[in-house]
Amino acid sequence: MSTIAMPPPDAGILARKADIVAALAEAIGAGDVISEEVETRAYECDALTAYRCPPLAVALPRNTQGVAAVMRVCHELGVPVVPRGAGTSLSGGSLPTADCVLLGTSRLRDVLEIDYDNRFIRLQTGVTNLSVSETVDGDGFFYAPDPSSQLACAIAGNIAMNSGGAHCLKYGVTTNNLLGVRMVLSTGEIVELGGPQMDSGGLDLLGLICGSEGQLAIVTEATLRILPKPEGARPVMIGYDDAEVAGQCVADIIKSGVLPVAIEYMDRPCIEVVENFAKAGYPMCEALLIVEVEGSQAEIADQLAKITAIAEALDPVELKVSASATESALIWKGRKSAFGAMGQINDYMCLDGTVPVSALPFTLKRIGELSAEHGLKVANVFHAGDGNMHPLILFDANRPGDLEKAEVLGADILRTCVEVGGCLTGEHGVGIEKRDLMVDQYAPEDLEMQMQVKDVFDPHWLLNPAKVFPLQASTGRRDIAA
Amino acid sequence: MADWITPKSEAGIGDAVREAAAAGTGLRLSGGGTRAGIGQAIDAPGRLSLAGHAGIELYEPGSLTVVVKSGTPLKTVTDALDAEGQMLAFEPMDHRGLFGTNGEPTVGGMVAANVSGPRRVRAGACRDFLLGVRFVDGTGRVLKNGGRVMKNVTGLDLSKLMCGAHGTLGVLTEVSLKVLPKPETARTLAFEGLNPGAAVDLFCAALRTPYEVSGAAFVGDTAYLRIEGFEIQVAHRAARLSDLFKDRDISGVEGVAHERLWADIRDVRHFADPGTALWRLSVKPTDAAAIAGDVADRLGSSVSLDWGGGLVWCAIGEGQHDQAEIVRAAVARRGGHATLVRGSADRRRGEAVFQPQADAVAALSGRLKATFDPHDVLNPGLMGY
Ligand SMILES: Cc1cc2nc3c(=O)[nH]c(=O)nc-3n(C[C@H](O)[C@H](O)[C@H](O)COP(=O)(O)OP(=O)(O)OC[C@H]3O[C@@H](n4cnc5c(N)ncnc54)[C@H](O)[C@@H]3O)c2cc1C
Repeated sequence: MSTIAMPPPDAGILARKADIVAALAEAIGAGDVISEEVETRAYECDALTAYRCPPLAVALPRNTQGVAAVMRVCHELGVPVVPRGAGTSLSGGSLPTADCVLLGTSRLRDVLEIDYDNRFIRLQTGVTNLSVSETVDGDGFFYAPDPSSQLACAIAGNIAMNSGGAHCLKYGVTTNNLLGVRMVLSTGEIVELGGPQMDSGGLDLLGLICGSEGQLAIVTEATLRILPKPEGARPVMIGYDDAEVAGQCVADIIKSGVLPVAIEYMDRPCIEVVENFAKAGYPMCEALLIVEVEGSQAEIADQLAKITAIAEALDPVELKVSASATESALIWKGRKSAFGAMGQINDYMCLDGTVPVSALPFTLKRIGELSAEHGLKVANVFHAGDGNMHPLILFDANRPGDLEKAEVLGADILRTCVEVGGCLTGEHGVGIEKRDLMVDQYAPEDLEMQMQVKDVFDPHWLLNPAKVFPLQASTGRRDIAA
Repeated sequence: MADWITPKSEAGIGDAVREAAAAGTGLRLSGGGTRAGIGQAIDAPGRLSLAGHAGIELYEPGSLTVVVKSGTPLKTVTDALDAEGQMLAFEPMDHRGLFGTNGEPTVGGMVAANVSGPRRVRAGACRDFLLGVRFVDGTGRVLKNGGRVMKNVTGLDLSKLMCGAHGTLGVLTEVSLKVLPKPETARTLAFEGLNPGAAVDLFCAALRTPYEVSGAAFVGDTAYLRIEGFEIQVAHRAARLSDLFKDRDISGVEGVAHERLWADIRDVRHFADPGTALWRLSVKPTDAAAIAGDVADRLGSSVSLDWGGGLVWCAIGEGQHDQAEIVRAAVARRGGHATLVRGSADRRRGEAVFQPQADAVAALSGRLKATFDPHDVLNPGLMGY
């Protein structure tokens, strides 16, 4: 029923399943290897649930040496490896193939070092995003990148996807907060990059690894920058009856010199669903902005005064500064439950293109037109400050043809993002979902260069094959592996 | 010595590289030539200048984005940003004082060397603000990576790889950078009479607070903490930090003197004396004093600190022998890396300028170089390969 193809599994590998499982068990112990079909099924998909395929086997090593041992086995036997953190990828990044060993980080759970003087934490990458902040919270610190999935997603996946969050307008995304990694190459060789110091010598391999979607190496340990918590934070809610004016407001705030930690945007279809679900007190309007600033009470008041002056000059239908911690929590509750609320009433496909902030109004208008043309509703909720859009295409998974229709509309929207100077994905990654759209953003030689870089790290294309690069472009390389 | 080739277009740069590759002629790349002293001394016979490929392609203050051709003088960009109250937040250092060079630094040179300054401790480095690049690889192919938007995870991040590769992987032709609003005002608290150890203690305490210290440097015997923002923020934070350190003598620096102070720290003016070799150590802040002490014991070096102690500058008399060995041994005991920033041509030929890397990392770097520049024509040998 779905439109994204995956290559057929290698029959030779399937036939050797028993040997492969035995070799894995010998490498890391049978207790950390899963091969029964009833159990491997638990790993058949990530959050792009339309695509499912149980792996040949699952390996859950407990340390870097264990990961290296698994990689040595797979390298020797020529078995593809799909790395997996918590499986919350929205782009099919951790979707298995039937002939792969799924290498999970769920037993890599140790915090290895916390150093407040030098402001870093070192940990195994199976640790969840939120628990990093929770670990250092009592001492007044936090870890800045905060994807909405932070309760579940692992640092491993965050690094692989270079994940962001609502607060990255001020604090940057994962790559800006990652100081070092320990990783395992496809040969099983262990490599260290960076460390607690602020920059790494030589080529910026760390920058290359971050966001590489499991294409280059398995990351087993990470050194992350932690930051002192701000004295306080408070949001203001601003509603407009015109998307263009809301876009103007975002640009004006940014130009004014105030640097909010977050500028979030919701359109009418989204507000309606969210308000119904969370009762956050949102006004019914075309565009709702949530702008948050940080600092002491006086500093916050000063920045909010500047922001409300800008917003009022554009004649909002609603402007409400949060007056208490309870009100702030309620305003954010609506935003944070947007995906969940939408999921309760509809199946949806979440897109993730980025556009220049100046192109937001045009892009929103174009999305509206495309939505009408394709006959599927689209709701928008996104990080406006950095132009990272999340159009949610609403469809009915049980109605034949609807998913395909949604995928076609999604591709059209993402191409629009590229046309206005943006990109296919701001934080969710390419995975399988946007793999074949890469040709719309990159020329063949640009993709060739990226694949040559994969060749350097993973010459046999064992790591997470059939993702990120258009299937057609990577055929020859994947065949060598087989 | 060959004349400089100065192409006026990206295609022209591609042609020049393709010809060099066909002839097997190594090319030395140059923007404004102000940082030509950085790197291993090399003998590339060809000379490729990017200075003819200049101009701002796009500047959208509301999108916090600027796109520029690589040969654009940095000053052209900072002037344009200044007019809109914006800046390059990573505060790129100007190397002219250190090297006694005259030209105009270019944007391409800044990105190629990943040049940052004191605000790096808070805002990040040049690489953190790089949104995308266009470049010519060692075969003359014109390639692009990333883009001009603030969040982009589409494909492998080759832009990061180009930043800090010193032109050894590709000739940058265009870069997109994220910019930020300039702070309304700034103030610095100065603490005199400290040694490096005491300075680092102070930095660690200050950088643990929520007061967003945007500069933490130590020069001579004085530690400086910079606070920037709106007037109300600066006043509040300065007061809180003064409270925190109330048992110490604190003096304030503001206005013109403040600007000059941080420009001097940024450009390491205090070590401008060309008679010394200058080393740049990137370490864990709490190791800075011990490492600086070890080096000083053996080589009689002078030291200054930036980035809260994470960046150590060591000035060592040119006459001192075995510098690389001694400096790197001191760093190796605790972790980090050391780069020779200024040294005689002999020293830059005889000693490893960049920190020698672990075998596995060196192997990956070497294979990347061979992939991007198979004929070894782009600044060959400059990074030790
Ligand atoms: C409701 C919801 C909200 C979300 N909100 C956000 C958001 O706000 N911002 C955002 O950026 N993302 C968001 N996401 C997407 C997703 O949570 C992120 O991409 C996250 O970082 C994935 O982490 P994970 O541990 O679940 O990784 P997985 O899904 O398990 O894997 C992600 C990718 O990483 C690779 N990988 C996993 N482990 C390793 C390893 N050890 N070494 C190398 N590669 C590895 C996988 O092969 C895969 O390609 C959201 C997802 C959901 C379901």
